Amino acid sequence: MDVLLGLLVNILEEGLIYGIMALGVYVTYKILDFPDLSVDGTFPLGACVTAALITIGMNPWIACLCAFAAGAAAGCVTGFLNVKLKISDLLSGILVMTGLYSVNLFITGGKATVQFYNKPTIFSSGLGGILPEPLRPYKVILIALLVAAVGKLLLDLYLRTKSGLLLRSAGDNPQYVVSLGRNPGRMKIIGLAIGNGFTALSGCILSQQAETANIASGTGMVVMALASVIIGTSLFRRVKWIRSTLAVIFGSILYKTCLVAAMQLHLPTNALKLVMAVIFAIALVANNMASGRRKKQNVNPTQI
Amino acid sequence: MSTQLKSESCQNGSLISIQNVSKTFNPGSVNEVVLFQNFNLDVPKGQFVSVVGSNGSGKTTLLNLLCGSVPADSGAIFIKGQEISALKEFQRARFIGRVFQDPSKGTCPELSILENMALAENKGKPFGLSMGVNRRRTDFYRSQLEMLHLGLEDKINLPVGSLSGGQRQALALLISTMTPIDLLILDEHTAALDPKSSETVMELTDTFIREKQLTAVMVTHNLKFAIRYGNRLLMMHRGECVIDAADEQKASMDTDDLLNKFNEISLEVGN
Repeated sequence: MDVLLGLLVNILEEGLIYGIMALGVYVTYKILDFPDLSVDGTFPLGACVTAALITIGMNPWIACLCAFAAGAAAGCVTGFLNVKLKISDLLSGILVMTGLYSVNLFITGGKATVQFYNKPTIFSSGLGGILPEPLRPYKVILIALLVAAVGKLLLDLYLRTKSGLLLRSAGDNPQYVVSLGRNPGRMKIIGLAIGNGFTALSGCILSQQAETANIASGTGMVVMALASVIIGTSLFRRVKWIRSTLAVIFGSILYKTCLVAAMQLHLPTNALKLVMAVIFAIALVANNMASGRRKKQNVNPTQI
Repeated sequence: MSTQLKSESCQNGSLISIQNVSKTFNPGSVNEVVLFQNFNLDVPKGQFVSVVGSNGSGKTTLLNLLCGSVPADSGAIFIKGQEISALKEFQRARFIGRVFQDPSKGTCPELSILENMALAENKGKPFGLSMGVNRRRTDFYRSQLEMLHLGLEDKINLPVGSLSGGQRQALALLISTMTPIDLLILDEHTAALDPKSSETVMELTDTFIREKQLTAVMVTHNLKFAIRYGNRLLMMHRGECVIDAADEQKASMDTDDLLNKFNEISLEVGN
């Protein structure tokens, strides 16, 4: 029983933390239709920035904001490469991801991992410190939930503003944005900044939970985030009261559940990334099959 | 920021003045096509110009040159006396409204009718962090939609993607003329619709242009529409105007005149 509870706590903790990244990738992949690979670089960027700032004694919540800003800046670079320099979307992401590896090393002072044990983090100080005793074992879940919820609500709110509506049009029909007298490229850059900001924030929270920043923690993040987004949005599409932003967080928790379940089958730890890729492939195929069926059901009346 | 250009001292009072514009596609290659050579056109304010012509005659390129989707090789284009060659497409869109052949291009399919109209109404103003849809404007949007007589006023929260092509095109027309614009560009905007819907959309187009006193350039393959609507008719061939008839002269023309000219041209090029 305790083992199961431990697993559940682990699933929720990591599911919620990675769910913040899923929110960001939802913006780039689903809204802008931009397969953003720079996520593999911005996730550890968030972690490294946080480690560097907390080591010099900065308030951990402010470190979160700084991580978001650093990620957003990296997203702007991806957008700049794609929009202004006309480099393809995949290549722009790869360039930024590769470049960020050095940037991250520069931030950590050349070390592959930075530990900041016993420094105040969002889990140990402030809000995390004043939690009543019985809730202590769940402090990571509660605080990750708080960050994910605030992030989700702010994103929902933004997507209903004028700028947010324009962002949604930019992904859906860039020509419409042009007709409105606006530059769709600028909206793309804004979207990439938001997406990578959330990703870096996710890396920041994860590093505070582990009290370690690992320069290699970004590998596989694109796959994990995309899988969460696709699982979430396709499973909960029909449920009216679940918005896509909530669905992708659920998607992240579900993905983590699949991953933990697979690892419970006593697969070697080294197989983790392979399992991640396989689950993603299954999600993609299932999603394609489901949308194929839907297309057949709704025949376009103009094509009869 | 206004959605209309300030009127500068125009040399000849035209709203559009295209002067000595040349355009060659794929220059220097085997596919080189010299389309416009020192092309000139003046359109006075308030004129509704229909443009006909065979494929490759330069009709759509003319619109693209005006809207900025294709740059001219040389020459100058003035709107209200202002040179617009340096403006990008999205900058020109602030004073030029455009309805495309493809009904899905003029609206955002994922957003609701209400959200689309709210965005359109905000054209020319900054798109900041204030709420996108002002609920108090809903009644105004409804009254605008009622002018279309398509019952869209009752579907205001429906995503535009679920509307039919004709409904979308009517909405696109409404959206492109919601803010005051200097010029309306209609790019074969009824071509993808069924006969009934294209009649409806064409009637609406004419009503809007009259009521809002717009200057409009309409490219069409429908000779009947070209004859019936507008007060000037251009027939283009190889980047030149072979027919340019305005007002009474246009009123006296019928589709046979146009067909005869088409046949004449076809004989010339050996088809």
